[in-house]
Amino acid sequence: MIQINNISKSFGDRKVLNDVTFTFESGKTNIIIGQSGSGKTALIRCMVGLNEIDSGEVLYDGRSFHTLDFKGKKEIRKEIGMLFQGSALFDSKTVEENVVFPLSMFTDLSEAEKRERANFCLQRVNLPNAGKLYPSELSGGMKKRVAIARAISVQPKYLYCDEPNSGLDPKTSIVIDTLIKEITEEYGITTVVITHDMNSVLEIGDNILFIYNGVKWWEGNHSDILKTTNQELQDFVYATKFMKELKTKF
Amino acid sequence: MNPLFHFGRYVILMKRAFSKPEKSSIYISRIFEEMNILGIGSLGIVAIISVFMGAVITIQSAFNFESPLIPIYAVGVAVRDSMILEFSPAIISLILAGKVGSSIASEIGTMRVTEQIDALEIMGINSAGYLIQPKIIASVLFSPVLIVFSMFLGILGGYVFGLLTGVVTDYEYVYGITYSFRPYNVFYALIKAGVFAFIIASVPAYHGYYTKGGSFEVGRSSTKGVVYSSVLILAFDLILTQLLLA
Ligand SMILES: Nc1ncnc2c1ncn2[C@@H]1O[C@H](COP(=O)(O)OP(=O)(O)OP(=O)(O)O)[C@@H](O)[C@H]1O
Ligand SMILES: [Mg+2]
Repeated sequence: MIQINNISKSFGDRKVLNDVTFTFESGKTNIIIGQSGSGKTALIRCMVGLNEIDSGEVLYDGRSFHTLDFKGKKEIRKEIGMLFQGSALFDSKTVEENVVFPLSMFTDLSEAEKRERANFCLQRVNLPNAGKLYPSELSGGMKKRVAIARAISVQPKYLYCDEPNSGLDPKTSIVIDTLIKEITEEYGITTVVITHDMNSVLEIGDNILFIYNGVKWWEGNHSDILKTTNQELQDFVYATKFMKELKTKF
Repeated sequence: MNPLFHFGRYVILMKRAFSKPEKSSIYISRIFEEMNILGIGSLGIVAIISVFMGAVITIQSAFNFESPLIPIYAVGVAVRDSMILEFSPAIISLILAGKVGSSIASEIGTMRVTEQIDALEIMGINSAGYLIQPKIIASVLFSPVLIVFSMFLGILGGYVFGLLTGVVTDYEYVYGITYSFRPYNVFYALIKAGVFAFIIASVPAYHGYYTKGGSFEVGRSSTKGVVYSSVLILAFDLILTQLLLA
């Protein structure tokens, strides 16, 4: 479980997060939604300490992250898997080496065991034959999937995914959503997913946090969200023609 | 920006880079990897420059020493001393600051702007240690090899071109390069080169590590890394010469 209490963050004199409080439950897919630029990425970067927060606290199963020193933070980070919005694959390493990398750093598995684990992860993201390729030889969606494989290779307790299915076709997108939901439930991971995709929200969103201009505007689950009366959330949810049509059917 | 700010941040980065590694075996293989890229990869350019420097010093000093008072073997002495004392350690280091420094700064800078450094941090890896420390160690450990290689080739280049152009004879040149030879000078050169190697790896790494923005800024970091490391090499050349030779 990750709890955030009253998080605020400014870049210069621009306030991008304002007093955000939320609980991300374990074994659940917690989804953050919001318009582009509303502060979603900034929020998770603050939660993992890549950006300093101005005020508030982040608790990883009760452990207050920002009061820890470098070493204490490191211990928590070893339990975190993260998919960056831009994938952030190591471009000097092959796909397989990327996935093996965190295992080499922190486990004493043999070469064969590591490779086996890497191939298992690559299989789960539907990329069984890409191990020998370099990131520059992959499509955007393939990079995303390799990055997911890398994030889950060490069996994290906390998993962050920044737009896991942007740039994926609808079918692969569902494969990824299902994978995220499955491993979350299977291993009791606390998963935080940022997405724009209403399909994913409805498919896998257990807890949903809607951020509007850096403020928590709404929270709830996927059955509440369709019935919302919150104007800004409605604008977000029913932005597409498809969703609008869906709404008239209720 | 404020030089004190940069100095302080540089010291803190170095402290982080030299904290205890996560897994020594991986660091050791990283060091060899970097030696291969930074060291072996520079042998070619060092060889070419050293041979030509030795040749030019030979011909120039032979031309300048056209006085009956100066024995012709002084050409050998001049080549030896200028190669060992200054050209091999300092000039080669300046060239390497351009070649190696720009590649270090742009590699680390690109990793910064594409969030690869963030990805390392998130995994719980000390990114400064993982990326920077092996480069510095490889660079410092390999510098004696490059510098001795350069001295040797410079003196050899002088010999070959001296004979080819006929400005010295075989006997005079060899007599010159062995004439009152001080091994301490080689030691002095290696100390200098070691310090320069540290600068060449660490200063561009610092600029790369703190790159903000995109590809434009990566280019700027790379330029800054080269310029600052070159200036520091010249400054330390002066300081170390004063300390070790005076
Ligand atoms: N390092 C930074 N320096 C200054 N401003 C920043 C920085 N990072 C983010 N911002 C600003 O913070 C705001 C929130 O950015 P953020 O990346 O969190 O948006 P987002 O909700 O993830 O959007 P998207 O859906 O497009 O990814 C933006 O207005 C952005 O300009
Ligand atoms: Mg974002």
